[in-house]
Amino acid sequence: MNYYLLIPFLPLAAFLINILLGRKLFRHQAHWPSTLAVLGSLVVSVLVLIDVLNGQTLNRDLYSWIISGKFRVSVGFLIDQLTAVMLIVVTSVSFLVHVYSIGYMHDDPGYYRFYSYLSLFTFSMLMLVMSNNFLQLYFGWEAVGLCSYLLIGFWYQKKSASDAGKKAFIVNRFGDFGFGLGVILIFLTLGTLHYSPVFETIGTLSEKTVSIFGLEMNIITIIALLLFCGAVGKSAQLPLHVWLPDAMEGPTPVSALIHAATMVTAGVFLVARANPIFSLSPTAMSVVAVVGGLTALFAATIALVQNDIKRVIAYSTVSQLGYMFLACGVGAYGAGIFHLYTHAYFKALLFLCAGSVMHAMGGELDCQKMGGLRKYMPVTYWTMLIASLSISGIPGLAGFFSKDEILFRAYAAGGVGKFVWLLGTIAALLTAFYSFRLIFLTFHGEFRGTEEQKHHLHESPKAMTIPLLLLAIGAVGAGWVGIPPLLGGGEHFAEYIAPVVGHPAGEATHAEEWMTMGLSVLVGLAGILTAWIFYLRKREIPVRLAEKFQPIYRVLWNKYYFDELYDFIIVRPSLFVARNIIMGFTDGAIIEGIVNGVPAFIGWLGSHVRKVQSGLLQHYATFMALGLFLLIAIVMIVTGV
Amino acid sequence: MIPLHWYLWLGSIVFCIGIFGFLAKRNIIIMFLSIELMLNGVNISLVALSHYMQDLRGEILVFFIIAVAAAEAAIGLAIVVSLFRNRTSPHVDEIRELKG
Amino acid sequence: MNFTDIHTLMPEIVMAVLALAVLLSELVIRRKETVGLLAIVSVAVTAYFIPTSFGTVFNGMFISDGYSVFFKFIFFTCLILTVLISSRYLEIERSSHGEYYALLMFATLGMMLMASAGDLIVLYLGLELMALSLYVLTGFIRHEYRSNEASLKYFLLGAFSSAILLYGIMMIYAQTGTTDINTISSVLTEKKATVSLLLSVIFLLVAFSFKIALAPFHMWTPDVYEGAPTSITAFMSVGPKAAGFAVLGRVFLVGLYPLQINWIPLLIGLSILTMAVGNILAIQQRSVKRMLAYSSIAHAGYAVIGIIAGGNEGVSAMMNYLLIYMFMNIGAFSILILMRSEDFLGESLDDFKGLAKTHPLTAGLMLLFMFSLTGIPPTAGFIGKFYLFKAAVGAGYTWLAIVTVIFSAISAYFYLRVVIYMYMHEPEGEAVSLSGSPSLGLALLISALLVLFIGIYPSPFISFARIVTG
Repeated sequence: MNYYLLIPFLPLAAFLINILLGRKLFRHQAHWPSTLAVLGSLVVSVLVLIDVLNGQTLNRDLYSWIISGKFRVSVGFLIDQLTAVMLIVVTSVSFLVHVYSIGYMHDDPGYYRFYSYLSLFTFSMLMLVMSNNFLQLYFGWEAVGLCSYLLIGFWYQKKSASDAGKKAFIVNRFGDFGFGLGVILIFLTLGTLHYSPVFETIGTLSEKTVSIFGLEMNIITIIALLLFCGAVGKSAQLPLHVWLPDAMEGPTPVSALIHAATMVTAGVFLVARANPIFSLSPTAMSVVAVVGGLTALFAATIALVQNDIKRVIAYSTVSQLGYMFLACGVGAYGAGIFHLYTHAYFKALLFLCAGSVMHAMGGELDCQKMGGLRKYMPVTYWTMLIASLSISGIPGLAGFFSKDEILFRAYAAGGVGKFVWLLGTIAALLTAFYSFRLIFLTFHGEFRGTEEQKHHLHESPKAMTIPLLLLAIGAVGAGWVGIPPLLGGGEHFAEYIAPVVGHPAGEATHAEEWMTMGLSVLVGLAGILTAWIFYLRKREIPVRLAEKFQPIYRVLWNKYYFDELYDFIIVRPSLFVARNIIMGFTDGAIIEGIVNGVPAFIGWLGSHVRKVQSGLLQHYATFMALGLFLLIAIVMIVTGV
Repeated sequence: MIPLHWYLWLGSIVFCIGIFGFLAKRNIIIMFLSIELMLNGVNISLVALSHYMQDLRGEILVFFIIAVAAAEAAIGLAIVVSLFRNRTSPHVDEIRELKG
Repeated sequence: MNFTDIHTLMPEIVMAVLALAVLLSELVIRRKETVGLLAIVSVAVTAYFIPTSFGTVFNGMFISDGYSVFFKFIFFTCLILTVLISSRYLEIERSSHGEYYALLMFATLGMMLMASAGDLIVLYLGLELMALSLYVLTGFIRHEYRSNEASLKYFLLGAFSSAILLYGIMMIYAQTGTTDINTISSVLTEKKATVSLLLSVIFLLVAFSFKIALAPFHMWTPDVYEGAPTSITAFMSVGPKAAGFAVLGRVFLVGLYPLQINWIPLLIGLSILTMAVGNILAIQQRSVKRMLAYSSIAHAGYAVIGIIAGGNEGVSAMMNYLLIYMFMNIGAFSILILMRSEDFLGESLDDFKGLAKTHPLTAGLMLLFMFSLTGIPPTAGFIGKFYLFKAAVGAGYTWLAIVTVIFSAISAYFYLRVVIYMYMHEPEGEAVSLSGSPSLGLALLISALLVLFIGIYPSPFISFARIVTG
């Protein structure tokens, strides 16, 4: 099974080739090394999956970087059922995005740079999922964050793009800080960072508590919550979700790959991977479930009123990620990963379709200015329709099976589960509504753009439509591996992933399962129907509603004023402190004294010591002699002669 | 018989005169000669020690020192000559382009 | 000693013979690159005799053990890299003479003797052989005044320090009756630490400090490094310095080990002073070459920590550090050589402005070496520092490790300043024209690869150093 090493290192090689030689050697052929490399990774991932299905798993340190007593920093790989799924998701979506970008980015001046970043991202993401220890996971975590930052700000000449890059970076700092603390805490308490010993010995901490602000807290709960902090940041959950919609400033293929299918799901992967830690802490589990459920509903409400098609899909991503956390929080890690896997295909498809629309519309993003595009771009229309049906939970499609599994598991878990089930079901209604609102506004009705745009409307090139078709197959069929027994399936996915994440707890009758399933289908259909009425039949209804419920509409339109809130409670106070307090102290020369004083002192010292280095031989010799006598004097004094 | 420490004192005095000469003089040749003086201070001590301890090592070392000093003199003079080709002054005070 | 023991001495004998041969070959070979190639071949031949050389001969005067072999490995690599970066550079400086390579080989022979010296007499001879060759090499650009000046300063101060060394040897001889390092150790264990004994320790310490440029005995270093031909600066800052550390380790950790508690505080003081002087003065420099000279002073201050910590851990950390320092430092100097062309010095910080735009690969390599010198993972420099700190903490000098970390933080200022000039500034004037050559490229490739390789996969080197010291 040693060929697994090819999976991460092929993209790494492609990155090195492109970044070093891309500009001169490849230019507009820069997609070749990267695309071929990721194709290779995909093929190897499939082979690895076959091995895993045959029961082979692997946990091996490739090499140790630093060994120092108990502290061991090593690069190692863990390949089990969870990793194999992630490998397939990452490499397949990444490959299709690589192909798609050939058409989408073809005349960009930074073509080689784009492909080298994509390869670097793929490498980092693969290292993240294949890691067998927390430190390497953290390394991959930061590396994908860096790539995301580079790619969001890819068009760095555009101010909004570089601002969005910075925002993503800073917001993620909050989450990563917690994650880093969690990793350190694991090392301090257990003395190792490798998954298997950590998961084996974590139970010994169950009696240990520490008091924080007078509150007795179990140390496992603290570790789990700190790790979850990182997941919240990376997966854009409440309250750190603000960076993801802005990240849409990056090129659309990047949004599809990083901000829908792979990087943002790293948080879910982390929780699923660390499930032995989370499962020991009911408190942390409840937090995960509630945060997930609230995010799922909350993001869906914002998506209802947005007009920017990429932002709608971005909020939809935040909402769907909420579902995954909801599943993990009720102990149904398998369902969460299952949704992660189906979501990767239909959400990447939605983004790529949006990209295709943008391509045809000359970069236009406002769906109020579109309409009737069905005629001009049939492939895009049909594939996007499939993706929307899938995300709305229409039976038979991928999204149906995974979402249904999550809602059922939440219901069956009882307690907090019942509550988040309710949230999830309402969110499902909204999801169907906003997805089809987008479809109807974009592809149906009359064209509302300018004449010039209308003149240019065209279907995208083959390099873009073929990935769409392939992803559509995924959006339809990806769920078939997890058909529940109720519908005559074997629940293969849950059985497959069980060795890593175990079986979800909770019992429910068949009747209840029929009920949850029926309800989720019903709300999905209701959402689609409402959207049809609102946006094709009676277009005045949404306008009237918006007027009637003006305050609510305003709140949703302004995304619950989160950006303003953060601006008010974090950005402005920091600036205020920076401007008035820190700058104010400059006269007092306290901060200034420390911040500028130390380098200034060193500089002053240097400029004086420098004069000693006079260039005169005699001075040098004198200093040597002085040094000699000084040493002698010290010894004389100390020995007391 | 002259006690050992007389020789050792002589050696150290010669050595110190060498150090002083090296630090005080400005002429390159004189400075170099001061170093020879330091070496000879060591040589005197070594020979005396060797004799008193009835051990050959000291005398062997003295031979090596003399040989090396000769080589050193050759190289030192060569360096001085090549320096004079570019700038004709035997005073080290004026050799200070490299500093700081 | 009989002739069956000759294998122990074979590397040195072969090196001496081949150095003479190279010196003579210069008379018949017109192309100087060929002479350089001969020098490299000679090193290979010499290295061939290393594996069979283990042993002790001449009643312990000459020792070939793991310790000395590790250092010889450094010297050989250093020699090869120096030859590789020299040929084109010497043509630019119009000083392409064949004896250059022979002198390098003689210097290396001296260093080999130093590493293998089991007796202070052998040590002195090796040291002088090395030093005399270096005096000449420093002044090798005869028509260049700066080179002359550097050579003269180095020569006079070097001779001064030799005299101090000899006085120290004489005092040790007077009190122990021997010059054999092992015997000194066994005599000293039975003796009390008298003042005169400590005086002799100080004289030796001062002389060695001069060789490895510990403050305040470092003052020759910046001037000599700046004035010497750049290739020789690269050589001097690595090989002879490593040889200095080899003898410092051998004499202090073996011969003077019984007096450890007396000399460790002195060495700690010198080490901190050295780090301070090296780092603080490096900030002041506008010339990158001179900055690297000060940086090499600072790095000696770091490496000494290995000797202070002592033991297997400390010594192997020190040896590894010197090995790693070789690659990153010669790499950095190679970039300087690459920048030098007929009418362009390429040493000033301003010459690096916007290099990333005009020569991205060169800038990238310089970035790598600067990162490594700063000690940023995953470069080799980080590994070197990490194991030094670990040894210091392990030996109970946590505070010293902290002081060192602070000074390395200061060092980031001047190393990364080069990076900022390369990447954040716009190019000025006409673009720098590089004077590359295949051999220089090879040297850069070797240095860069090893800086990265040791940074990413250090275990073989770490365990190698542990085994040879253990």
